[in-house]
Amino acid sequence: MKAVFTRPESLTDKPFHFCPGCHHGVIHRLVAEAIDHYGVREKTIGAASVGCSVFLYDYFDIDVVESPHGRAPAVATGIKRANPDRFVLLYQGDGDLAAIGTAEIIHAANRGENLTVVFVNNTVYGMTGGQMAPTTLLGQPTTTSPYGREFGQDGYPIKMTEMLAQLEGVGYAARVAVDTPARLAKARKAVFQAFETQVEEKGMGFVEILATCPTNWGLPPLEAVKRVETEMIPYFPLGVYKERKGKDFL
Amino acid sequence: MAKLAIREERCKSCGICIEFCPENCLEIGDKLNAQGYRCVRLADPDACRACGICGRMCPDVVIEVWK
Repeated sequence: MKAVFTRPESLTDKPFHFCPGCHHGVIHRLVAEAIDHYGVREKTIGAASVGCSVFLYDYFDIDVVESPHGRAPAVATGIKRANPDRFVLLYQGDGDLAAIGTAEIIHAANRGENLTVVFVNNTVYGMTGGQMAPTTLLGQPTTTSPYGREFGQDGYPIKMTEMLAQLEGVGYAARVAVDTPARLAKARKAVFQAFETQVEEKGMGFVEILATCPTNWGLPPLEAVKRVETEMIPYFPLGVYKERKGKDFL
Repeated sequence: MAKLAIREERCKSCGICIEFCPENCLEIGDKLNAQGYRCVRLADPDACRACGICGRMCPDVVIEVWK
């Protein structure tokens, strides 16, 4: 029999701890497929964030350094500079990358570090109990904004991909979603492209993936999947924001 | 003939595979797994054409597909 779809080799056999319908599992699988495709499993070092993605070391058959809150780009910079032949993978959530570690990601991107960043945007702090993140949409109730986010008090949701795409050090920046089979296929391509950017040393490969958090949104899994299309994609437009063809640094 | 390997003990009954199956051949079964979720099952094996969408959409990599 011919295999149509099987578990990627880079994923260990450990069951995911994620809630039912959480997109972290799909994104883990896409990243594992990219590791398999580029054959970098034996030389990949991950820099995991703090949040629901904290157990990266359990689920991937790679070496992982656990970084302090938001500091994964700084830790990864050290790893990559000390071991330029290694493949360095960052996997961060929106509370981690867009709030606690904004300075680290912006300066790592601006320095043009050869890193691959997978940024999972689910508009809340997932693991700590659904507090408001900088990416929380206007009007969205969270445990720290029970009446919905209001711009006068909390500002506007931050668009990280657009911001980082402007920096010269970024080789690839894209925003994708994994809520339908068609978007999942595009997301897979974007993750592969972010890997290729590091393999070809074109600067930082950054991919933002819109994801669900059914538990903290207070929605059943399928309604949470629909919310990605109805509420998130209109504010966070999908697409490739930057793609460097050659090594055309200034 | 399509073959689906469903790891029942890992299913969390989220229903995403059922929602996106183009042939509507999956359903939530009656059996509870060790986690307490009702596991998905292949209700209509003849309709399945092994497209692999269920496996790709599943957040817990429960389903593997062969043709």
